[in-house]
Amino acid sequence: MLYREAGQFKTNYVADSAIFPLREDRIGLTLIILAAYALAFLGNSFLLQAVMIPFLVFSLAAIGLNILTGYTGLLSLGTGAFMGVGAYACYKLMTAFPDVNVIVWIFASGFFSAAIGALFGLPSLRIKGFYLAVATLAAQFFLQWCFIRIPWLVNYNVSGALDAPLRTLFGIPIMGPNATPQTRYLVVLTIVIVLTWLASNLVHGRIGRMWIAIRDMDLAAELMGIRPLQTKLLAFAVSSYYCGVAGALLVFLWYGGAEYDVFNINQSFFILFMVIIGGLGSLIGSFFGAALIFILPIILGIVLPAILSPFGISVGADVIEHLRFMIVGALIIFFLIVEPHGLARLWQIGKQKLLVWPFPY
Amino acid sequence: MSFRTLSLGLAVATMLGGTALPAFAQDSIYVPLFTYRTGPFAGSGTPIADGMHDYLRMLNERDGGIGGVKLALEECETGYDTKKGVECYESVKGKSPVVVNPWSTGITLPLIPRASVDKIPILSMAYGLSASARGDIFPWVFNPPATYWDGLSMIIKYIGEKEGGLDKLKGKKIGFLHLDASFGKEPIPLLQELSKELGFEVALYPVAAQDMQNQSSQWLSARRDRPDYMIMWGWGSMNGAAVKEAVRSGYPMDKFYSVWWPGEDDAKSGGAGAKGFKMLNWHAVGTNFPAIQDIQKHVVDKGFSKAPKDKVGELLYNRGVYNSLLIAEGIATAQKLTGKKAVTGEDVRRGMENIKLDPARLKELGLEGFTDQLVLSCADHNGHRAAFMQEWDGTKWVKISNPIEPMTDRVKGQLDAAAKDYAEKNAGWPKRTEACDKAS
Repeated sequence: MLYREAGQFKTNYVADSAIFPLREDRIGLTLIILAAYALAFLGNSFLLQAVMIPFLVFSLAAIGLNILTGYTGLLSLGTGAFMGVGAYACYKLMTAFPDVNVIVWIFASGFFSAAIGALFGLPSLRIKGFYLAVATLAAQFFLQWCFIRIPWLVNYNVSGALDAPLRTLFGIPIMGPNATPQTRYLVVLTIVIVLTWLASNLVHGRIGRMWIAIRDMDLAAELMGIRPLQTKLLAFAVSSYYCGVAGALLVFLWYGGAEYDVFNINQSFFILFMVIIGGLGSLIGSFFGAALIFILPIILGIVLPAILSPFGISVGADVIEHLRFMIVGALIIFFLIVEPHGLARLWQIGKQKLLVWPFPY
Repeated sequence: MSFRTLSLGLAVATMLGGTALPAFAQDSIYVPLFTYRTGPFAGSGTPIADGMHDYLRMLNERDGGIGGVKLALEECETGYDTKKGVECYESVKGKSPVVVNPWSTGITLPLIPRASVDKIPILSMAYGLSASARGDIFPWVFNPPATYWDGLSMIIKYIGEKEGGLDKLKGKKIGFLHLDASFGKEPIPLLQELSKELGFEVALYPVAAQDMQNQSSQWLSARRDRPDYMIMWGWGSMNGAAVKEAVRSGYPMDKFYSVWWPGEDDAKSGGAGAKGFKMLNWHAVGTNFPAIQDIQKHVVDKGFSKAPKDKVGELLYNRGVYNSLLIAEGIATAQKLTGKKAVTGEDVRRGMENIKLDPARLKELGLEGFTDQLVLSCADHNGHRAAFMQEWDGTKWVKISNPIEPMTDRVKGQLDAAAKDYAEKNAGWPKRTEACDKAS
């Protein structure tokens, strides 16, 4: 009814090739962005600090991995380490040059992880699939080894940990203990929106089509004149850039301090699951995946005791934890059976159905 | 397109507002317990969690709380995972907890800078950031009763005494088997400094976190190097695996020392061969104390505890009890100082600074001889207390030494440098503004 194409005429090519050709989509997106900003003023600090900031950070990392795995078809298990490179680079940069605004360094730190990512992407020209996964696994272990062994990375800090110094933007603290969840949320939200918009333009343009061509059949792509080495390395670099920025955000705007162990192999798998559940080759899927894998357990942790207590069943924190694991695991299997292409595909089907509603054709 | 999920967030927001903050009665003191009964470290986390919970629950059941105010206890499951720990912190923060005990160095580190902002003291008992022993720089963080540097100096001192004097260590080789993380690496600078001074040789055997359970290569090199003594800095499944490997590779167990983290189950994993394994400890094991018998009577027998009856009084269970003893004592001291019943986090910070657990007080609490005395002050948030050596006799831990004082003179340099370094690196680290109480 409300959501339909009829009557929206495109009179030029620009309008026809727009990412959101439907007026309703544009309105919906604007509303969501406005709502996201409004949340900063409406949500309590638990919602902002423990739910929304990590959700946005993981979404950004998932977008990064999605560019590599979903769009270019290169499997990577080094996401955690690439996030780590971003975090450590950001730490070094902002402690070495404390006068430059930290936002600049957050964006700049991504370039370091892009360089490292491109380096470890070199084998991708010769190997594919599981073999490439093993090569990126090597990146994961090697980089993690570096994080432990090179004290220079943490400025010879005895505790071996990264910690967020006080940094401000327009005189308001955005990093460090004095920054309120509200300001940190606004910063993270803005960065994620900017980078998502950039990613959306990348994957819908020439570069994205090159990536997709390589994914679908690299030999055919090569015959059509797409250079595999450059394209694959670019995918690695862009993907690692996103992961690096996500890593910097994770340590400095969410945790406020972390050890090397945050960037272990589990983190890589965590992001990979988000991408697979959310939908390979879909930006909105990255957000869906992050929501399902990260937010759902938190909601369960709050809802389960509330459901059980009226029946006089009081369960311990550990039982809740086990239940969370079981329910999330079951849901993942359920969603993958119902829609192997991820939540993004479900969303797409829903939109298709809405377009023709109330008629079945 | 990509932000539709945020609407989900909005839906959650309204829900959270309603359910996340169950109201606690005004006349209770909210004490959250960060525990980990799940995940790879659950083996050591569960007895600690039981001990912490049971002691405070016992105070509720027996005395009706502390100073007549009930304690509102709530466990938050961290799984020893930083992500979940930070989530736990955020979820309890709004309920004005009087103290948090993260029970993981990884969770402690992000919380340290927040403590002074949120006005919630952190009790990281003998873990976390060693430098936080300096109360003038970290007014909100407490890590009694000893730092890892203290621990290492005690082990070296004990070994030296066995050899007949510290100077006899010259030419000996000491192996250092450690978790390859900041926790395990922390004592290394001190070890190297001591090795230069005393003339012993150091061999390092790092164990990466992912191969804690597989230490064959480390013990193979240990067999080749033949260190005269082996000192272990491990946690979780690493301890049990190390004992097992040491027995298998025929390392003389009476030369194998550990910092205070292994439990009974770790030693048991070595079978009969583990006899002679030694570790530092600062509190008694067993149930032969009135307070612990009260726990059995008021909590365990009534079915309020999750601990199996025979686990009460084990090493890590009693470690949990000790942790709760400090919480309770902090609250009691705060009540005494302020005259208030329902104390806040700020009061408990003052209370912790004035903890004075002398033998008389311990007797009053029904824990006579449970532990050495502990006195904290405004400047000293650690106490640097002596620990004793205990030995595994095949079935239980046996105390084999008198309290060993740490080499304070050597440790202090490390500590001050680290604290200063931390404050400098964190530009804008707040100067202490909290007033000191006169020692009462």
